[in-house]
Amino acid sequence: MEYKTKRILKKITRRNEPYIFLVLLALCLLIEVRSGQFFSSNNLVDIASALIVPGLFAIGAFLVIISGGIDVSFPALASLSVYATTKYLLDINYEGGVWLAILMALAIGALLGAFNGLFIGYFKLPALIVTLGSSSVFKGIMQGALNSRQLTIIPQGMRDWGTSALFTAKNPVSGLTSRMPVAFIAFLIVLFFVSFMMRYTMFGRSIYAIGGSESSSHRAGFNVIRTKFIMYIMVGMIASLAGVIRVCMMQQAHPTNMLGMEMNIIAGVVLGGTAITGGRGTLLGCMLGTLLIVIVENSLILLGVPTSFKSVFTGALIIIGTGVSAYQVIRMNRTRRMKTRARRVA
Amino acid sequence: MAESLLKAIGISKAFVGVQALKNVSFEIQPGEIHCLAGENGSGKSTLIKVISGVYTPDEGYMEFNGKQYSKITPIEAINNGIQVIYQDFSVFSNLTVMENLAFNSELADGRKLVNWKRMRNIAEEAIAKIDFEVDLDAYVGTLTVAEKQMIAISRALMFNTKLIIMDEPTTALTKKEVRNLFNIILKLKDRGIAILFVSHKLNEVFEISENFTILRSGELVASGSTADLDDRKFSYFMTGREFEKRHFVATNVSEKPIFEARSIGIEGVFSDISFKVHRGEIVGITGLLDSGRTELALSMFGIRPIETGELLIDGQQVSITSPKAAILHKLGYVPEDRLSEGLFLSQSIADNIVISEIDRLTKTAGVVDQDKRSAEIDKWVKELAIATPDPNNACQTLSGGNQQRIVLAKWLACNLDVLVLNGPTVGVDIGSKHDIHGILQELAKEGLGLVIISDDLPEVLENCSRILVMKSGNFVAELQADETDEQTILSYML
Repeated sequence: MEYKTKRILKKITRRNEPYIFLVLLALCLLIEVRSGQFFSSNNLVDIASALIVPGLFAIGAFLVIISGGIDVSFPALASLSVYATTKYLLDINYEGGVWLAILMALAIGALLGAFNGLFIGYFKLPALIVTLGSSSVFKGIMQGALNSRQLTIIPQGMRDWGTSALFTAKNPVSGLTSRMPVAFIAFLIVLFFVSFMMRYTMFGRSIYAIGGSESSSHRAGFNVIRTKFIMYIMVGMIASLAGVIRVCMMQQAHPTNMLGMEMNIIAGVVLGGTAITGGRGTLLGCMLGTLLIVIVENSLILLGVPTSFKSVFTGALIIIGTGVSAYQVIRMNRTRRMKTRARRVA
Repeated sequence: MAESLLKAIGISKAFVGVQALKNVSFEIQPGEIHCLAGENGSGKSTLIKVISGVYTPDEGYMEFNGKQYSKITPIEAINNGIQVIYQDFSVFSNLTVMENLAFNSELADGRKLVNWKRMRNIAEEAIAKIDFEVDLDAYVGTLTVAEKQMIAISRALMFNTKLIIMDEPTTALTKKEVRNLFNIILKLKDRGIAILFVSHKLNEVFEISENFTILRSGELVASGSTADLDDRKFSYFMTGREFEKRHFVATNVSEKPIFEARSIGIEGVFSDISFKVHRGEIVGITGLLDSGRTELALSMFGIRPIETGELLIDGQQVSITSPKAAILHKLGYVPEDRLSEGLFLSQSIADNIVISEIDRLTKTAGVVDQDKRSAEIDKWVKELAIATPDPNNACQTLSGGNQQRIVLAKWLACNLDVLVLNGPTVGVDIGSKHDIHGILQELAKEGLGLVIISDDLPEVLENCSRILVMKSGNFVAELQADETDEQTILSYML
């Protein structure tokens, strides 16, 4: 019995999630102590709603990193698909519900994702190069072919969806209110769907397997190319959904607003314990890492840190966070070697 | 005579201009342990790939259980009971033992969803087949090489397997693990499963296999019963050359030691180690994997600096705390794993040769003098007979033996006084091994002091004048090579 608890304990300390959770908790408590505002209902709702878009992006980035790739094109991809959708719907004076916007963005996202998947899966090109390239291509199409500029008006359906709330939280002290957007449900659905997929479908396990060893996956009988192709399509769709939500929540379509988000998103995923080399990591850790970044970005102001210093803090957090996990890997390798040694002596 | 499990008749296969296999035939009976031997590039892997359906032969045909195939797909091979265990075992080190065991059959059944309970059952069943005990929830990356191999074997047995092909299965195993593996192979044989064992280590060939097939340059040179084979014949078949053993006799030993260690130690690794190396002699240090022999080599070269004791070079006390300091004191080190530690595999042969002496090949302002550089390169390629059409080719295009020569060339270019070699011929084929030994002996005669660290006892006996035996971080014996034998050394090692 004691042995069993020990083993479970060992398993837990080996993982990244508990550490990141503790860091997260410490940060929250610190902010709470300094400002007394962190655990107020409206702040929590604010954070939850700020998590939606980065959270969706992070799920996509997580899938790609697990498979052993890297994707830096998702902000450009999301921008292009949502911009194209919004512009088209405005041009035809669409007045219906948001569902058409979502479906259209998903379809365009799938197409653009397939573009990445084609080059990475079928032509076996390095993911970083392909997505750097496609990122430029997507931006170029948006700015050139679609002649993008800020759209201050978005279709009625999108506007309504962006302002509709699940519930509203009111801070009894300050009197500030915050809305929990309906889009949070969409985020939860995607999160649930992807975690189920990663754990309980052969497709999800094959993403892990490919991230572990592509040649072994091939020999075991996984269809490596098709898996990658489908996965990039899914990532394109998830990113586009995030794009639609972003535009609806902001009530305007800004073509370059999301660009540049990729670094912090990837950092959050890695911070949450996903191995940048692929094959290892959990969606839970990925979400905790993203949450940490979101809180730092949104709540430093409560600590009295000027917003202009925000990026310094995010950067420091990323270095420390990834440093800790790198150190853990070193430590794990060392104990492993000692263990092997002990066994050889035995 | 029982019907053959597998017959391959007159197999030929060529790749763009290179004839990899020429009219090779062989057969294997149910429950037979067959060794396929040959040097690098002899066509062993090609033959395996033809049998397992990865390659289609240009000529010839195969017969499985009496059914004739002129070509076979990987799936047909598996359905005929053929399983290949590659050198890397094709395991997923990022996943658990359970998944590694269950994936193949889950995929073969065309499952779309994962049922963890069923996976566990499959995995338990798989390891029970060879009485292998392992934590199913452990990540494969945390296991030893031998355990990974057991996983690969258990996994291979999950299909209706009749023949398991193992590609160099003993390369990374300790002696004890090899023994264990052989026991399992014998158990499988009792169940009527045939094993095709690919190896170029002759003691293994003798020990485990009943029959052998030896390939050289794509041609079948010999096959038959292992009982009729001996050391000399085996080496001859493998290389086409006759070897005589050249026992090294130190002739030109300097009076004063060039290198001396005075009771050096590192906490918990080795302690109180003292020895001298003279010019012109080859000192052998041997011991088991955990004896501290590698750590000793690393501290001589400054990678793991010593904590106690002192090192002397040419009678002067020196402090060697980094490889750079060691090179400055004219001490070189050839590491155990040349692929990851000793060479820049993707860089050219030429660059690898001059890397350690690059500082001396410069003109003013640190620009590399191209004429000097190519002169050096030509000199060493010729001197060490490195077989390459062009020194600008990448290092990884060479065989193990030639790669090891480059590591040597790199150091010799530095005009060393002392060279420490850790496992100088691990993974090198017989012919090259013989040549490398010749080079080392020649170097000693020219006045270099050499230290060979190796657990290949015949190698140590043949090449060293003195042998130091290490055990649990201490020297337990010093022996003269001409007065001792393998048994004596082993008794000190264990």
